[in-house]
Amino acid sequence: MAKYILKRFIMMIATILIISTLTFVLMHSIPGSPFDEERTSNPTIQANLEKFYKLDEPMHVQYLYYLKSIVTFDFGPSIKKPNESVNELLARGFPISFELGMVTILVALLSGTILGTLAALRHNGIIDYLAMTFAVVGISVPNFVLATLLIQQVAVTWELLPAATWSSPLHMILPILALATGPTAIIARLTRSSMLEVLTQDYIKMANAKGLSPIRIVIRHALRNALMPVVTIMGTMLAGILTGTFVIEKIFAIPGMGKYFVESINNRDYPVIMGSTVFYSAFLVFMLFLVDIVYGFLDPRIKLHRKEGDA
Amino acid sequence: MTNTQNLVSPQAIKDEWFRPKQKEQGRAESVVRPSLSYWKDAWRRLRKNKLAMGGLVFLVLLMLFAIFGPIFSPYSVTATDYPSQNQAPSATHWFGTDEAGRDVFTRTWYGARISLFVGIMAALIDFFIGIIYGGVSGYKGGRTDTVMMRVVEVLYGLPHLLVVILLMVVMGASLTTIIVALTVTGWVGMARIVRGQVLQIKTYEFVTASKSFGAKTSRIIRKNLLPNTMGPIIVQMTLTVPSAIFAEAFLSFLGLGVAAPFASWGVMANDALPVILSGHWWRLFFPALFISLTMFAFNVLGDGLQDALDPKLRR
Repeated sequence: MAKYILKRFIMMIATILIISTLTFVLMHSIPGSPFDEERTSNPTIQANLEKFYKLDEPMHVQYLYYLKSIVTFDFGPSIKKPNESVNELLARGFPISFELGMVTILVALLSGTILGTLAALRHNGIIDYLAMTFAVVGISVPNFVLATLLIQQVAVTWELLPAATWSSPLHMILPILALATGPTAIIARLTRSSMLEVLTQDYIKMANAKGLSPIRIVIRHALRNALMPVVTIMGTMLAGILTGTFVIEKIFAIPGMGKYFVESINNRDYPVIMGSTVFYSAFLVFMLFLVDIVYGFLDPRIKLHRKEGDA
Repeated sequence: MTNTQNLVSPQAIKDEWFRPKQKEQGRAESVVRPSLSYWKDAWRRLRKNKLAMGGLVFLVLLMLFAIFGPIFSPYSVTATDYPSQNQAPSATHWFGTDEAGRDVFTRTWYGARISLFVGIMAALIDFFIGIIYGGVSGYKGGRTDTVMMRVVEVLYGLPHLLVVILLMVVMGASLTTIIVALTVTGWVGMARIVRGQVLQIKTYEFVTASKSFGAKTSRIIRKNLLPNTMGPIIVQMTLTVPSAIFAEAFLSFLGLGVAAPFASWGVMANDALPVILSGHWWRLFFPALFISLTMFAFNVLGDGLQDALDPKLRR
C-alpha cells in the first residue's frame, strides 16, 4: 500500500509540474505584452511595469521565478488590478467556490445514490422508469442552460427564489440545483446499474436467507459494493463540478473564484489566469490522488490489478 | 460372462437392415434464414430500441435542417434588420428575432451547423489519433506499452476544460481553435479504450492463427484487431460528440466562442443572458432546447449502440 501511495504521489507531482510548465509556455507564447493597450504611455513607465512583473528577465529566469512562485504559493500581483495580488483573489473567491462545490457534491451523492438504489430495487417499475428518464435528461441538459431556465422560470416568472448572489441559504438553492443535476443523474445511473449487478450476487441471497430486513441488506450489504464505481468517477466528477462553477458563478453573479477566473480570461490578466489555472489543477490533481488512495483502501483487489497492468 | 439376452438370433436378422439408407428429400442441414453479420445483428437490436431510434431520427432531421434550413429561409443569418428587432415568435419569424432583428429560426440552423461540425470533427480526430496510439500501445505491449500508457495517465489526470480554456486564450477564439483544443485533450479516452480492446483481442486464437499463416503486423491490426474493436469505438465516438458540443457551448458561454455575426448555440444562449429579465424568452429557449435535444439524442443513441454492439453486456 505504501508503495502504491508513493507511486501515485510521484505521479501527482509530475502532473502538477507538467500543467504548470504547459501554462507557462502557453501564456508566454502569446505575441505582444499585456501592456499593449497602454502603448501610448511613457516608455519609462512601460519599462518599469515590465520590471515590476519581471517581464524584462530572460525566459528561463522567468520560468524559475514562476516555479518558485508555485512552490512558495505566491502568485504575485494582478495586472489589471495592480493593488490586488492573485493570492488575495484566491483567498477571497476560493472559499465561496469551495462551499458551492462541496454542497453540490454532497447533494449529488446523496440524491443520486438514493435515486439509483430505488430504481434498482424497483427494476422496470414506475420509479425505475422515472428515475432513468430524469437521469438521461439530467445528463443532456447543460448546467448553464438549466441555470438560465431556472432563473427565468423560478426567479423571474414565479418570483419564488432570489435570482442572483450568494448571501443567504435561500440564494444558494438555484445555483446548487443547476450545478448538481448533471452529477446526480450520472451517479443515479451508475448506482442503478451496479446495484442491479450486486443484487444478483450469492451473498445477497445468503443475507435474504438469513432473514435480514431488506433495508439492512441494501444499506449494509449491497450499497457498500454498489458504490465502488461511484468512487472511481468522483475524480472526473469533481473536475466537471469545478469547471461548472465558472459558468454558474457567472450566471448567478456569485463572487467566487470562477467569476475572477472568467474575468481574467476576458481581461487577459495573465498572472490571474496562470495562478488560478495552476491552483485549480493542483487542487484537482490532489483530489484525484485522494480518490485513488481511498479507492485503494476500499477495494483491496486494486493492488492486484495494478500488478497485472504493470506487467 | 455370457450375455445372450441382447443378442438377436441369426434368423431374426433381416437383409433390409444392410441396405444403404435412402437420401432424405428435405435438406435438414441447410440454413433456412439468411445468416446475420455482426452489423446486421446489431442493427436489428438497435431498431428495437425505440428511444435510440428516436435519437437517430432526430439527428438525421437535424443534419438535414442544418444543411438545407438556411437555404430555404428567406432571412439572412448575418444581415441586421433593426425595424423588426426583438419580435416574439410569429408566423413570419417562427422563433422570433434578436436585438438586431435577425431571424432566430435561421440562426438556430446555422448554430446547428457549427455545433454538429465541432462535435463530429472532434470525434473523428479523436478516433484517428486514439486508434493509432492505442493500437500501437496495446499491440506492442511490454515496455512500449508501459511508457505510452504513463504518458496517457498523466494527460488523463489533467483537468481537460482548464487546458482547453488555456489553449483558447492563447490561440484566440475560432472554430479551428475549438476543435484543436478539444482534440488535444480528448484523444486520450479513445486511446485507452482501443488499447484495452487490443490487449484483450490479441490473445485470441484467430489472431494466433493469422500469425501462424505469416500475416504481417499491419494486416493483423487492420483485418483482425480493428474490426473487432469497432463496437466500443463507435460507442465512444457517439458519446464524444455530445461532450464536444457541450464544451463548445460552455466555452462560448465563457466568452471564448465563435465570433459574431455567426453564432453557435452557446453564443446565442450567452447573448440571450442579459435580456431574459426583459422577457425575451425565445432568445434563450430555442438554442437551449436544441443543445439539450441534440445532447439527449446522441446520449440515447450511444446507450442504444452500446447495448446493440455488445450483446454480452446485456442483462
